[in-house]
Amino acid sequence: MSIVFVLIPVSLVLVGFGVWAFFWAVRTGQFDELDAAAWEILLDDPADPAVKGPQRKPYHKP
Amino acid sequence: MPEVPTTCFHCGESLAGRRLAWARLHDSDVAVCCQGCKAAAEMLALCGLEEFYRFRSAPSVKPQEPSAEWLLYDDPVLLDGLTRVEPNGRSAVLLIDGLTCAACSWLIGRSLQQIDGVVHASVNTATGRARVVWDGRKVAFSRLLRLIADLGYRPHIATVDAAYEQARAERRAILKRLAASGLGMMQVMMFAVAMYAGDMQGMDQTIRDYLRAVSMLVATPVMLYGGWPFFAGAYNAWRVRSITMDVPVALGLALAYGASVFNTWRHAGDVYFDSVTMFIFFLTVARFVEMTARHQSTSVTDSLSRTLPATAHRLNRRGDEESNGEDSVSDVLVAELGIGDRLWVRAGEIVPADGDLIHGCTRIDESMLTGEPLPVARGPGERLAAGTLNVAAPVQMRVAATGASTVLAGIVALLSRAQAERPRIAREADRRSSRFLARVLCGAVLVCGVWLIIDPSRAFAATLAVLVVACPCAFSLATLVAVAAANAALARRGVLVSHQDAIEGLAKVTRVVFDKTGTLTQGTVSVTGCTLAGALSETDCLGIAAALEAASEHPIARAFGRLQSAARPANDVQVVPGAGLQGTVGGARYRIGTPAFVLGGLPGAAANGPLHDDGAIVLGTDGGELARFTVGDSPRPDSARAVAALRSLGLGVEILSGDARGAVELVAEHCGISRFAARQSPGDKLRRMQALTAQGEFVAMVGDGMNDAPVLGGAGVSIAMGRGSALTLATADLILVGDSLAALPAAVALARRAKSIMRQNLLWAAGYNLTAMPLAALGWVPPWLAAIGMSLSSIVVVLNSLRLMRADAPTGRPRLPAVPTPPMLAKSRLEGSLP
Repeated sequence: MSIVFVLIPVSLVLVGFGVWAFFWAVRTGQFDELDAAAWEILLDDPADPAVKGPQRKPYHKP
Repeated sequence: MPEVPTTCFHCGESLAGRRLAWARLHDSDVAVCCQGCKAAAEMLALCGLEEFYRFRSAPSVKPQEPSAEWLLYDDPVLLDGLTRVEPNGRSAVLLIDGLTCAACSWLIGRSLQQIDGVVHASVNTATGRARVVWDGRKVAFSRLLRLIADLGYRPHIATVDAAYEQARAERRAILKRLAASGLGMMQVMMFAVAMYAGDMQGMDQTIRDYLRAVSMLVATPVMLYGGWPFFAGAYNAWRVRSITMDVPVALGLALAYGASVFNTWRHAGDVYFDSVTMFIFFLTVARFVEMTARHQSTSVTDSLSRTLPATAHRLNRRGDEESNGEDSVSDVLVAELGIGDRLWVRAGEIVPADGDLIHGCTRIDESMLTGEPLPVARGPGERLAAGTLNVAAPVQMRVAATGASTVLAGIVALLSRAQAERPRIAREADRRSSRFLARVLCGAVLVCGVWLIIDPSRAFAATLAVLVVACPCAFSLATLVAVAAANAALARRGVLVSHQDAIEGLAKVTRVVFDKTGTLTQGTVSVTGCTLAGALSETDCLGIAAALEAASEHPIARAFGRLQSAARPANDVQVVPGAGLQGTVGGARYRIGTPAFVLGGLPGAAANGPLHDDGAIVLGTDGGELARFTVGDSPRPDSARAVAALRSLGLGVEILSGDARGAVELVAEHCGISRFAARQSPGDKLRRMQALTAQGEFVAMVGDGMNDAPVLGGAGVSIAMGRGSALTLATADLILVGDSLAALPAAVALARRAKSIMRQNLLWAAGYNLTAMPLAALGWVPPWLAAIGMSLSSIVVVLNSLRLMRADAPTGRPRLPAVPTPPMLAKSRLEGSLP
């Protein structure tokens, strides 16, 4: 049973991290507007030339 | 051959009778109505933002003429007053007019972010606000404002933003408390389960003490951080010697926590950390629900207070040249205007201050203030109110009142006050629970005393249980949550609640009175009939009329545009305010307008028909009358069904209208209403209302604007149709936003359910408290059970109230203006307006 002496502090550290992450999210305004986020997914990002990696290409063109 | 579109791709205005312009998007050309729309559409395409058109829910606002007024905002003194200096630049909060959906906010946010020097830009659809942070060395503030204006929206700078900031800070703080106490509660519960199991099966003393110490470690921040508002509230109540809900809560928390810490330290006795954290969490949930309900209605006030423009055109008389009356115009901030200043208000601009018209004649759209959809004529010496829209011609005015002394500011103040109040039924519950609380505290002391005599070892647990179990949280939540849930459910049906007692009132309604014929009709003028008097066919006459009227913005003119597109464009069109139009179509000269205007100078004109006929529009040439159109209002498609639905709910329905008997009769017959009265003055209506009330009826009045304020005020519940004006919010309890009557019977049914749910809640809460109290006093309820019982009773109340939200949504499209309409629906709505 002595493992709880280690596991519980570990879990508390994780909880502390969770609380910190939530506070950070609140502080940066992520809970201020819950409306637009749902719509943003429908809008495609234009391919950003500054971003490295495969570019979006229309598939119907060869 | 490509199909010629009928409406502008950008702003949705009819293209009939206009010279088309074509905007070049990536792979196609689209038809637009003017250069401004062309520029806006091409700019969107250039930035790769044309997807906006797929997701917007309403046609965009026509861009305004580029103006130098924005340059004013680059003044360093002004900039310091309006914006804030932040570590990475300057920041400002902008209120944005014309923001209708998430696509708009996406567009603005994206466009701003593409400017070099903009550090951060976020737009909130729900509140219509944008927050921008920019680097003043790289980009001028005026450029950002210009950009937003060029997109077709109108930015205003939020100078006094305290209320909004406060609401946001409050929401953030409570969210943090909710998370901290929720996560803390889960941890403590976990340890508590282990300890309960240990109590039953036996547990090593070391592990038990360890778990207790860890529980204390977690419960302490929850207590100090999450529980802080309750202690602060209790302290405030104690300072003014009153009892609020916070007092027994704080007392119970402090006792339970103190005893637990003490017992942890002495390794004996009971600990109540689980009860403490659970208690704090559920109470915070309750606070959060209440706060959300409170914040819901504030956005309405915002939209009103943002009506005023930020700048005005002031006329300055040049020193010596007074004789020839030359004025110089300078753009100044509205805040700098003084009484007596002369202003220049262009057509299409909003009147920036209250004042008197001194030069020029125009028509003013006062729908913001009066709900009257037709613009009214204003001449020299007449009053102009701040916030109204000058639709016809440029005028000069002299300022009589600015800022907080304007009519508009008064309305905003009125609205804010209405929003600050609590529903009467909730106030009642508060008052009762405060009396109840006093008794609980006395009871707790009594229980403690009695137990000290009988069995001192059980005194503490019993007293704590009484304090916790008897907390009337469920009691105070019973009405609040039900009201909030009903508000939300009504909002989904397109009914906004602006007055907190409205739901209670709506449930009591026995009779619905339609105050205006306009509530049952569409409220837009349309051409209802045509009598031919000349040689031309009806189609030709309508074509000519549409061509002429295309030049005018008058509502009657739009009615022609909707009916038929112009066959040939009209040239040399001249607008005679208050009378009509004249112009050349296909080489011939025509006049359209009032009979007196068209036929006035002609011989034998009276033979054709009366010259003074309000409802008639005459099309004629110099040779005589060609056609006489009647314009009027047609019933809403759903009004008959809505009236039938109201009947089936057992409600009486009648019409009290100020209109002529014929018009009222027609509408009454169409809707199946047998009881109606025409030509009613507001006084008549009010008397009828009082008579009905005297007969024991509870009347719901459906009106359309501010001008029926006294009548709406006399009704038990007042309901306004949303199209009227924002001002109806000041007087009406409920607003039908969707511009559809179908929501009304649904709202009544929902209010009745809400009322019965409130009754169930109150019954449950009272029943719970009355049964649990004696049990706790007898010492049969351990504190942990008391905390669970208390929380469960609150949760039962909340869940019961949420049943209102779960009620199936009405058929049809979502009616809230903030909800984006899918593109297909938006398209079909546009098409629907064309025959």
